[in-house]
Amino acid sequence: MMLNYAGEILPSLMSGAWMTVQIFFWTLIISIPLGIIVSLGLRSRVAPIRWVLKFYVWLMRGTPLLLQLIFVFYGLPVVHIIFERYDAAIFAFILNYTAYFAEIFRGGFQAIPEGQYESAKVLRLTRWQTLRKIVIPQVVKIVVPSIGNETINLIKDSSLVYVIGLGDLLRAGNIAMSRDVTLLPLVMVGVIYLLMTAIATYLLRRIEQHYSTWR
Amino acid sequence: MLELKNITKRFDGRTIINNMNLTVPDGQILAIVGPSGAGKTTLLRCMSGLERIDSGEFRLDGQVFDPYENRDNDKVIGVVFQDFQLFPNLTVMENITLSPEMVLKQSKTEAEARAQELIDQLDLTGKETLHPFQLSGGQKQRVAIVRALAMNPKILCYDEPTSALDPDLRETVEKIILSLKASKMTQIVVTHDMSFAENIADQILRVEPIKPS
Repeated sequence: MMLNYAGEILPSLMSGAWMTVQIFFWTLIISIPLGIIVSLGLRSRVAPIRWVLKFYVWLMRGTPLLLQLIFVFYGLPVVHIIFERYDAAIFAFILNYTAYFAEIFRGGFQAIPEGQYESAKVLRLTRWQTLRKIVIPQVVKIVVPSIGNETINLIKDSSLVYVIGLGDLLRAGNIAMSRDVTLLPLVMVGVIYLLMTAIATYLLRRIEQHYSTWR
Repeated sequence: MLELKNITKRFDGRTIINNMNLTVPDGQILAIVGPSGAGKTTLLRCMSGLERIDSGEFRLDGQVFDPYENRDNDKVIGVVFQDFQLFPNLTVMENITLSPEMVLKQSKTEAEARAQELIDQLDLTGKETLHPFQLSGGQKQRVAIVRALAMNPKILCYDEPTSALDPDLRETVEKIILSLKASKMTQIVVTHDMSFAENIADQILRVEPIKPS
């Protein structure tokens, strides 16, 4: 009986989960490179660039993601910037997560001793070669655990898109629960989230292991 | 031959090096000694292009050159840093061949063959695939020397080569420096260790802190 019911609602939960995965994937793929660029900008020699980016990071980290979602979808149309629900969600998530990733990468870049740049300079490596071959690999190793934390958070944060009416995993569970007056859908939703975070945790551990061959 | 003509370096209005003149003949070893704060390391950083001088000029084999802009010419000065500054993410071999491949555009085979010669010469055989954290201080220093030599420098500089090592390794460093001298390498050694300087140097330059006037 219960198994039948579970089987019945599984397809709708799965399509909700697919939405969750999509938001997760695009946010991660775009926010990480953007975060690196912003973190370099936060260390820029040009003061106005630093100010603007600091303000952006402060704004994104200082206000709730939920508020940012609402603002992008319901607020921006007031000034004639209109997003589809899905695009609004992706846009807000990228804005928010880029700021967090930028702060993480800024810390990573700061941890590289000046001597590494100097030793690259006397070996006549260009700035770009130094970044690519020496600095970025070291920064990545430093930031992997923190990026991992944010990645897990992102999976769970993606449930906030219910507020702009997107059909993600949590919403799918919610609908089934109120329709059928049973808690089972929410239990299943919880299990699916756990599976997703477990997969992410596993992959992250593999990446950490990849960087454990040197210190 | 390296010549320094009227080199002056200031930091925030404080003169660190004042009108210094100096000649280092080819194949010789110059030791720069003096108390800390006397500007020894600053002088070395100016020579190797890590600091810009305020006035004066450097000449190498009679030609003026600016080490600060040394990217595109081959009047290269190699540096062995006090704390070596090996790249922790690369193996010993990769530390050595990175620049020859990326800057001198040597092929991987070419760069590795040359690196292997130097590795064998400095008694690092068997360490090629290790990462810096797996090496002792003395081994790290030798890798740093090999890495600098692989760029075919005209002059090799050392910043306090004995200070990060156990005292009993001092002799080993002396031997390395003297064996490089035997192969005609011009070397400049910054040290506060007078007896070490006397053991290796052809010429000793004593620097004192400049009193503010």
